Amino acid sequence: MKSTDANSTDANSPDANSPDANSPDANSPTVKTAAGYIAGLLFGLGLAISGMTDPARVLGFLDVAGAWDPTLMFVLGSAVGTTFVGYRLVFARGEPLFSANFQLPTKQALDGKLLGGAALFGIGWGLSGYCPGPAIASIGGISLPLLALLAAMVAGWFIAKRISP
Amino acid sequence: MDWMASLQGLVGGVLIGLSAVWLMGALGRIAGISGIIGNLITQRPKGDSAWRLAFVVGLVSGPLLVMAMGGGLGNVAGAPGVVIGSPAGGVPLMLIAGLLVGLGTGLGSGCTSGHGVCGLARLSPRSMAATGVFLLTAIATVYVMRHVIGGGV
Repeated sequence: MKSTDANSTDANSPDANSPDANSPDANSPTVKTAAGYIAGLLFGLGLAISGMTDPARVLGFLDVAGAWDPTLMFVLGSAVGTTFVGYRLVFARGEPLFSANFQLPTKQALDGKLLGGAALFGIGWGLSGYCPGPAIASIGGISLPLLALLAAMVAGWFIAKRISP
Repeated sequence: MDWMASLQGLVGGVLIGLSAVWLMGALGRIAGISGIIGNLITQRPKGDSAWRLAFVVGLVSGPLLVMAMGGGLGNVAGAPGVVIGSPAGGVPLMLIAGLLVGLGTGLGSGCTSGHGVCGLARLSPRSMAATGVFLLTAIATVYVMRHVIGGGV
């Protein structure tokens, strides 16, 4: 009936301006896909080497009244520090290498959806030791409980989309 | 304190930061896992599927590569060298937790990476608030599970 390919958004808008007129090669789908893979690989390597693919490490950090495990603090600290410096270098360049512009969040409000959502996420994180990145990065060591978590997480994303499109 | 584990945490964190910087510098996007993968799965009409899917493949292949290299670069607690740890509970607990993680990151527009890494690095007030809330509720949840109920993990 209707084709849903990656370009359907552009194809469906009649007055679409063509932002990729100047450098079609650098912005080609292949280059973007390769760039996405590199980003995912670096992220997955980072999670694996830091031990964040182990829920016990994460729960050990969250267990401030028990045998506290500081590893996550070091991970988050160095990740934020690296990103803080790197973002400034990247933004100073004015535009991304393989895309027309930076797509940054524009919302400002500290509303109930943000804070309520964060609270629900925190409870799920505390129950399992999994946030979305480590859960997906751990697919190589899949088990029935992890599969259940991933399936329920995807269901949660669909429900959130329905509640608030 | 386990200094080797902390050192690996620092190194891994730098790699995660480099991933975030690269994704912004190359494609102009926030490296938020729940946003990238949630949108890959739920967004209609589909858009940006190729690089998002490639990101997921990269994310899954990272730990596999570390396992394939051998050399004990994993950092699982109490099992030096092991790369991927075991879930801390059975299927019922993981179903509840997964639903809350999906629903919460969907409604709250981000998770530990989008708010916790990228958002804090941008000094975003929304991300600072979200990170504070999910850290506190996670700490409270672990406290209740381990020290109040006691039958927890």
